[in-house]
Amino acid sequence: MALYRAAPWQKPLSLALLLAALAVPTVLTALDQAFYIGFATRVLIFALAASSLNLVLGFGGMVSLGHAAFLGAGAYVAAICQQAGINEALIAFPLAMGVAGLFALVVGAVSLRTRGVYFIMITLAFAQMAYYLFVSARSWGGDDGLPLNGRMTLGGLPLASDDALFYAALLALVAAMALFGRLVDARFGRVLQAIRENETRMEALGYLVFRFRLVAFVLSGMGAGLAGALLANLTGLASPNLLQWTQSGTLLVMVIIGGVGYLYGGVVGAVVLLMLEEMLVGFTAHWHIVLGLLLLAVVLFAPRGVAALFGPTRGNDHG
Amino acid sequence: MLQLILEQTLNGLQFGLMLFLLAAGLTLVFGIMDCINLAHGSLYMVGAYFVAAATQAADSFWIGLGVGVAGAAVLGLVLELTLFRRLYQRDHLSQVLATFALILIANEAVRAIWGPAALLLNPPEALAGPVEIGGFFYPAYRLLIIAVGMAVALLLYLLVARSRVGMWVRAGAANREITESLGINVRALFTAVFVFGAALCALAGGLLGPLLAVQVGMGESVLILAFVVIIIGGIGSIRGALVGSLIVGTVDTLGRALLPTLLRALLPADAASTLGPALASILIYLLMAAILFFKPQGLFPARA
Repeated sequence: MALYRAAPWQKPLSLALLLAALAVPTVLTALDQAFYIGFATRVLIFALAASSLNLVLGFGGMVSLGHAAFLGAGAYVAAICQQAGINEALIAFPLAMGVAGLFALVVGAVSLRTRGVYFIMITLAFAQMAYYLFVSARSWGGDDGLPLNGRMTLGGLPLASDDALFYAALLALVAAMALFGRLVDARFGRVLQAIRENETRMEALGYLVFRFRLVAFVLSGMGAGLAGALLANLTGLASPNLLQWTQSGTLLVMVIIGGVGYLYGGVVGAVVLLMLEEMLVGFTAHWHIVLGLLLLAVVLFAPRGVAALFGPTRGNDHG
Repeated sequence: MLQLILEQTLNGLQFGLMLFLLAAGLTLVFGIMDCINLAHGSLYMVGAYFVAAATQAADSFWIGLGVGVAGAAVLGLVLELTLFRRLYQRDHLSQVLATFALILIANEAVRAIWGPAALLLNPPEALAGPVEIGGFFYPAYRLLIIAVGMAVALLLYLLVARSRVGMWVRAGAANREITESLGINVRALFTAVFVFGAALCALAGGLLGPLLAVQVGMGESVLILAFVVIIIGGIGSIRGALVGSLIVGTVDTLGRALLPTLLRALLPADAASTLGPALASILIYLLMAAILFFKPQGLFPARA
């Protein structure tokens, strides 16, 4: 893999898509399909979570199978905040990001000493620990999870309507994508990608490999934490199911389908996977089989993801 | 108390040996073919369903077990020839995605064929009761599992460490090209290993069936445990898989049985009742994180 380079049409296209996204609630309401605004919000939230994972997976080359833990941590922080009487998202969301980031710092500090398959497994192990902790934490609802009493407010504005939460999620996603886009183009992102390509060389050049990786891991955990806090607001529940390893697997799958190491890989993957699910559910009760077969087809025929099918967005000159 | 510890140690041994049946296949596929197979747990689930269905049809646990294991071996053969063969050369991410897809397909297919309810699988009549050992009673069927597990472990050890085929397998793992140029059909060898692993999965699934419920999703939880085992033991090492299985089996079982009691002696009852089960279920993950921290390649690195 070479360094990531945005295709020239990427910026205008993403701006156009953003404008289109802004119109989604209005259009859906006009079409009498307001029910789907919640679904669209879910897509945005998972796009944020998957993009956060893509930062470490695609640009850092770290295959984390434990990102559900950060998603879940964010959701629980939001629910616990509300229980403690904090109903303001401007406090709760940064707190969720902070806690998820701190958790990622601990997980990363231990896991990043290992490589390859061992890294996959140790991140999974940490996520499992978090899962079992929340399942047995009776004061936080244990198996049943911790429900929220209605949605929070953002800067005083209530997120109670589906439209409001949609725009909040869109804002979070846009901010995150802008940050990630700047980041992978900046020195930090270049170093991170170079470490992915050749760790030993970067180490020899004097870069603090471990520290770069850890910072990326923490940032990624914070993004997932924010997604979790939003998700808790959407579903009204912080459930231990969010921390199940299949959830980590789903996030990985989203990034892989979308395109590992493409800035918008996570977004594309979340949109494709969730839309597929939504369509297949209406089509057959056994939609998992169809989804599984489609994923197999992606592995065998589009190994670099859907984003890669649409022209080269990565510089492939070897000069 | 002593009797409880003794009984739970035997349970831990039995659980550990069953984990070994799963981990042995997984560690070989993983270590030798460098292929992450998340669907290994699905083979275990499908194997258990095969055994349960065959047992109901034949009205005999032993015939059911034989038919089920053979069925899983055939399924393993088909999967290897059609899918896994293409995955060996691919990166780990593709393998994760493909085998994750297999899990989805397997779970849904089982649900479509046998329904969402758990299947009932009874142990053979003759072994249904307890036997007395050293002054206390222990289920005969669990003793049988321990015996079978030990026999398979011994057989595997002889096969891998002492036989010619085992030597080829180890050689293929160490260096595929050289082994091939010595005239050994590594491709066929890999197929055989995969099929063998699938059969061991079904054996474990069938034997554990009467103790646990045969249901959709039974493969996932045990898959994670099997991964923990092979990471602790060192990927690709049969010896590591055996030691890892026994460690994980005993630590998990004893932890669940004893930790709540122990904590109650140290902490206030309220804190102990919350912390006990939590700590018991994360014990093996703590153990794995600790082992990886000090020995990043596991206890018995296969390629040291």
